[in-house]
Amino acid sequence: MKAPRVGIIGIGQSEYKPRRNDANYPELVREAVALALNDAKMELDQMEAIVYSLAPDALLGIANAERLGVDAVGARNKRFMRINTGGSTGISSVNVGYSHIAAGACDVALVAGADKVGENGDAQTIMNKIWDPIYERPLPQGTITMLAMSAIRYMHKYGMTQEDMARITVKNRQHAALNPKAHLRTPVTIDEVMESRMISWPIKLYDCCPQSSGGCAMVLASEDYIRRHKLDAVWITGVGNNSESYYIGDRMGIGYTADHADAHALAVACRQAYAMAGITDPARQIDVAELYAPFSNTEFHAIEAAQLAPLGLSPRLLREEGFFRLGGPIPVNPSGGTLCSNPIAVTAMVRVAEVALQVWGRAGDHQVKGAKVGIASGNGGDHQFFGAMVVQS
Amino acid sequence: MELLTRTEKWDLTYNHALGETASWFFTQIRDNRQIYGRKDPKSGRVLVPPRAFSDQTLQPTEEWVPVGPHGVIECFTIVYEPFRGLPDPPYAFGFVRLDGADTAVGGYFKGVDLSDGAKAAEKLAVGTKVITRFKDERKGDILDFWFEPQA
Repeated sequence: MKAPRVGIIGIGQSEYKPRRNDANYPELVREAVALALNDAKMELDQMEAIVYSLAPDALLGIANAERLGVDAVGARNKRFMRINTGGSTGISSVNVGYSHIAAGACDVALVAGADKVGENGDAQTIMNKIWDPIYERPLPQGTITMLAMSAIRYMHKYGMTQEDMARITVKNRQHAALNPKAHLRTPVTIDEVMESRMISWPIKLYDCCPQSSGGCAMVLASEDYIRRHKLDAVWITGVGNNSESYYIGDRMGIGYTADHADAHALAVACRQAYAMAGITDPARQIDVAELYAPFSNTEFHAIEAAQLAPLGLSPRLLREEGFFRLGGPIPVNPSGGTLCSNPIAVTAMVRVAEVALQVWGRAGDHQVKGAKVGIASGNGGDHQFFGAMVVQS
Repeated sequence: MELLTRTEKWDLTYNHALGETASWFFTQIRDNRQIYGRKDPKSGRVLVPPRAFSDQTLQPTEEWVPVGPHGVIECFTIVYEPFRGLPDPPYAFGFVRLDGADTAVGGYFKGVDLSDGAKAAEKLAVGTKVITRFKDERKGDILDFWFEPQA
């Protein structure tokens, strides 16, 4: 089966900041939409379908805030759908926009959203509530603790050190310093990461993403529409999404199918996307990657799930061979990534948007020279709902 | 210009049903200090905490199997940061595969000095043998028990 091609013709990102007191929630969505429409040189009237990217309601503090957001995206009398797969919401939303067009339901779709995580500031208190109230919420499980436990297993299995984790932060902060939209842009040293206060062993403050406010929007269109209107575009050539089972305790012990150290279901999602795009050797064929990793340690298993390094070897490739840095082999998160900006509702959309800008040659100071093929990913739930997307020029 | 804000607080109470499987599991912990798993008839795996159906074979589980009190640590973390509405730090918790179980169950780790993270992490390393301890006053809850490394 040959999938129809869907193009990206407009991208809008606000700057990601701790707070945006100058804009309430729908105004922030509107800001991203206006930027994307301006980029596509189109009007809201031309958008035939709207996919609304909105993660768990409590992060924003407005239940079903897609109700409030419909006017910011001009959804009245149009196809409209809110998407929520937790942290992977943004890439799931692009996936749904893609599917609308690939299915022939419409020629042009707007994918948009925003988050104001900084208006609560207690993301871990909220994230504790995504666990079941019977077995795991009382522990108290949370997203940092869950991924700290993944780090412990990854260390045990492959020998990663806390200094290896720090190298991810150092790399991504260097990248973010070149990205004017990033939230955390101050470069740090390995020593500074190691000296930052311990949050959830072995994750320290500088191994953690910030709680960001900001919006992102993208305009997608069919190949036929793009050709007819002679538009400039980059192309979504591969789409994957995959779910892990719920219980973390089932990803260890005896006879498990996926180890909590790794990102098994993300690897499946990436394989789906690569197969659609005809990519057979990702480490050679991928020029740039934007991989969802809210804590430094999780970038390693994301790199390996994307098959950019063999299992367990990515810490060594970063430490000894200069991999994954701008200017080195296979740059990962040249924007600074989720580690430097995390407006949760749209974070995984930003991964796709940044890869698109890279293969378009429009990434500015953090451009990967000559990038033509990229992979984006998103992770949601308790390391559970994963999305992957290949974007090509 | 002056930018204004408005403070809102969510305070919601739920009374969640545990269902038959978790209810029986917690009743045994409360009344008999015994942890049980549920056996998946197709794979033979014993799931702890017990589920009414297996996440792997998707079959209903059929048999209660006593597990523990000994087990091994599969993963852990030690929390040093306070989070609103969550326990005061420091505290350690993680997942333990109890003897007779195939999966791991979550619980607190106690009996370890957490003041030095590196030293505490060594005492909670993956593979460390632990024993289950039960509260004197049990109410039928996941916090009725915890794990302690064995000397």
